Amino acid sequence: MWSRPSASVPRFSCVLDPAMEHEVQRVRQAFLSGRSRPLRFRLQQLEALRRMVQEREKDILAAIGSDLCKSEFNAYSQEVIAVLGEIDFMLENLPEWITAKPVKKNLLTMLDEAYLQPQPLGVVLIIGAWNYPFVLTIQPLIGAIAAGNAVIIKPSELSENTATILAKLLPQYLDQDLYIVINGGVEETTELLKQRFDHILYTGNTTVGKIVMEAAAKHLTPVTLELGGKSPCYIDKDCDLDIVCRRITWGKYMNCGQTCIAPDYILCEASLQNQIVQKIKETVKEFYGENVKESPDYERIINHRHFKRILSLLEGQKIAFGGETDEATRYIAPTVLTDVDPKTKVMQEEIFGPVLPIVPVKNVDEAINFINEREKPLALYVFSHNHKLIKRMIDETSSGGVTGNDVIMHFMLNSFPFGGVGSSGMGAYHGKHTFDTFSHQRPCLLKSLKREGANKLRYPPNSQSKVYWGKFFLLKRFNKEKLGLLLLTFLGIVAAVLVKGWPVTPPQPSPGRTGQWDPREAWKDCTSHLAEAWIRLASVGSAQENELMPVAASATSLVVL
Amino acid sequence: MSKEEGGSAVKSPGAEPTLGTDPFEDTLRRLREAFHSGCTRPAAFRAEQLQALGRFLQENKQLLHDALAQDLHKSAFDSDISELIICQNEINLALKNLQAWMKDTPASTNLFTKLDSAFVRKEPFGLVLIIAPWNLPMNLSLVPLVGALAAGNCVVLKPSEISRGTEKVLAEVLPRYLDQSCFAVVLGGPEETGQLLKHKFDYIFFTGSPRVGKIVMTAAAKHLTPVTLELGGKNPCYVDDDCDAQIVANRVAWFRYFNAGQTCVAPDYLLCSPEMQERLLPALQSAITRFYGDDPQSSPNLGRIINQKQFQRLRALLGCGRVAIGGQSDECDRYIAPTVLVDVQETEPVMQEEIFGPILPIVNVQGMDEAIEFINRREKPLALYAFSNSSQVVNQMLERTSSGSFGGNDGFIYMTLPSLPLGGVGHSGTGRYHGKFTFDTFSHHRACLLCPAGLEELNNIRYPPYSHSMQELVRWALGSHSCTLL
Repeated sequence: MWSRPSASVPRFSCVLDPAMEHEVQRVRQAFLSGRSRPLRFRLQQLEALRRMVQEREKDILAAIGSDLCKSEFNAYSQEVIAVLGEIDFMLENLPEWITAKPVKKNLLTMLDEAYLQPQPLGVVLIIGAWNYPFVLTIQPLIGAIAAGNAVIIKPSELSENTATILAKLLPQYLDQDLYIVINGGVEETTELLKQRFDHILYTGNTTVGKIVMEAAAKHLTPVTLELGGKSPCYIDKDCDLDIVCRRITWGKYMNCGQTCIAPDYILCEASLQNQIVQKIKETVKEFYGENVKESPDYERIINHRHFKRILSLLEGQKIAFGGETDEATRYIAPTVLTDVDPKTKVMQEEIFGPVLPIVPVKNVDEAINFINEREKPLALYVFSHNHKLIKRMIDETSSGGVTGNDVIMHFMLNSFPFGGVGSSGMGAYHGKHTFDTFSHQRPCLLKSLKREGANKLRYPPNSQSKVYWGKFFLLKRFNKEKLGLLLLTFLGIVAAVLVKGWPVTPPQPSPGRTGQWDPREAWKDCTSHLAEAWIRLASVGSAQENELMPVAASATSLVVL
Repeated sequence: MSKEEGGSAVKSPGAEPTLGTDPFEDTLRRLREAFHSGCTRPAAFRAEQLQALGRFLQENKQLLHDALAQDLHKSAFDSDISELIICQNEINLALKNLQAWMKDTPASTNLFTKLDSAFVRKEPFGLVLIIAPWNLPMNLSLVPLVGALAAGNCVVLKPSEISRGTEKVLAEVLPRYLDQSCFAVVLGGPEETGQLLKHKFDYIFFTGSPRVGKIVMTAAAKHLTPVTLELGGKNPCYVDDDCDAQIVANRVAWFRYFNAGQTCVAPDYLLCSPEMQERLLPALQSAITRFYGDDPQSSPNLGRIINQKQFQRLRALLGCGRVAIGGQSDECDRYIAPTVLVDVQETEPVMQEEIFGPILPIVNVQGMDEAIEFINRREKPLALYAFSNSSQVVNQMLERTSSGSFGGNDGFIYMTLPSLPLGGVGHSGTGRYHGKFTFDTFSHHRACLLCPAGLEELNNIRYPPYSHSMQELVRWALGSHSCTLL
């Protein structure tokens, strides 16, 4: 996604802006007060956020509308629905997510408590994007609040109306010290990035993503980078082109092509090209009417710089349809380019506009090679009736996410982690994944101060039998069935020792042994044999393990007797 | 697999005639080509590599014991429990669960996607770099390696140049066991590592200091490479007044002096009341004598400091506060006695840097609240330990502080559990590993949604033009809160 001109991002200087530092400090103090942690507080803040969206819906839709020339319905269905859905999902599941999760134990720790406890990270910075200025800023915020963090929100300055409304509304509904909005351009963002945060989630482009990560490295701050890329769309000849083109037209021209997971270009056999052009053209007419410019459902390019950038992509290309532009209103018609040369500019950068190039390929192999020769995209789309072919595309390529036989839809599912790979980003969010992103899953092992006897095993000085026992305890994980068998064996040994040694006083010399039979010696002796036997067993493949278990048990009894 | 070629390890520049100035280029290109060929993806191949890794451990046991003894004066017992068994355990776990870990996990669908098949695919990142430290040179190289191989990546392993004995075994013996088209060991110091980091990797796994961690992350940012940083920090250990001093002393002493204190999760300093300190000192003395005898220098169970540089740094720290126990050192042997320091000031060097040696300072606090405040004033540590008979105290320590991991009433025994991940937070690192967590670390979780090719009627709701009645319908459906559409 595009956020701001990379060339104008100044390098970091060492001076911190005192005002900015003060703001971040204020938020940190609020976090350290601990009030963002209780479940009730988190739920209450999320409910307040939901109230904000519901009560101020008109203001929010108007702001989004004026930034991108978007109809109220589009703003609602593309941005507000997702936010409301996410809040409800969090409210419903948060009580379960914040509880400690017990983990499997081994023999050494079977009497202890071992679990993963989610904890908030601290002060989180969320840098939003301008293309969906509301949802891409608020959706991460929901997860950050749910995880118990304090949050600094930096909306994109390019969608300035939404940025202004967020700065105005959020403090009216949310805790004013824990969650603050900082508005500003490149300079302010650069200042902000010098501050120390506990996590940064950035949505935007690759160039700025690198700058954000480099700034984060100075404080060892973990980052989630939601970037973009050229998301390919492969159309197999075995498919219903009418349906395919409707779905692609919807996903591509939604928000005037300014969608990070929009299909960026089409790969198909040359013979399909004309039909695809024809069908997309018809669908555009059906969706947006004869005169697209008049349609309330069609948006505009965010600003002049992007308008000019997209225009420059059309130079020297074969325009199959569309191509009309109007600089005054930043209008670019839904456009399709055919027979596009992969070396031209339109195939070198993320388009992020209503321009759809078709690159002919010979077959699916060539399509796979084509995709793999480029940076890993954020999304991949494959259309085919042939399930095997879709599976093959998934197996042999890489991308942030995939939708087969449709576009965009994997974004809509919050059980999915949404995020890129390689140059399309790192980390993921949505639903539980956002909660996890903004939480530290702290491993906890709680023991008692008693049972010190068991620890003798690990303290020096050491002996061979300690090594055997160490292996035994460490290599086996706690498992109830095995524990039962172990217990049985143990009882067997105790019984054997009792029968053999205890009632007989003075002890009788055992056959085959010289000298007196000392129960303590025998005990020591047999335990180390036992440990060794069990270790041998542990190194045998797991499949045979269960069958061998009784054998080992009887073997140990034999050793004892 | 066991191709009998010795020379897969890239030697430091000059040792091997390479074209141009970059000794790594050819190796990295070879590995990347191998990854693109897809040969690392089948489960059978991954299992084969893991089994070979297990064979490497079993067949070279003596060699490894010798190397670890040479580097850190480790006893066979210490080598076994802190390095070799842990690695073997990870291999066994990965082999046992490989199929399950690799399997696509189904994702739940919503109303819009009810008819679709939704799953998360775990795919390898590609070319992975593992940079290992010298303090547990086998464990911290091989445990990440197990996960990286299990996840189907090609791996470049860069062992520490400081633990020379182990580095040699890893460079010369290990590559004989693994498929050399997919795995390489590269050698070198800071300069070569800097050069290595200029290359693009698909994942970097680094274990070491926060200072170098920043360098690694900065280098990774240039290629947008995700990183796991396993760093260190000063791990506090709070001892409540109600504890049995001897039991606490046993547990703390063992974990502090294990590997001569050169463990990233070791308790770094004690926080307790002056009264508890009075009870702890004789108990610590007793534990040290029982563990290492009257002359710890002659004990086979006490490690040595890795090199002269570290030795000099640690010897300087002995001047902080007042030596209550130990304090002896021997330069020729790089020996530092198990030491306890008291009357330590917060501003002294021993309380400013991670100690990473057999020195245990005791800082006095009046109670739990002061201890918590003391801990929260500092960078988030990799581990935090609290000793108390009261579960309330332990839980308070847990809730009101942050740290990579938490141990109640014991040291880093949680390291033996692959079900508990190891990883820091804040300055002690990002990311986590061990067991399945390592596999997940080295896998990209790719969201895959397969929609029906037909049933286009159902999609009409989302296509423009949007009529007024349709808007009302959507609003109504969502307003009822009967379901979550998105």
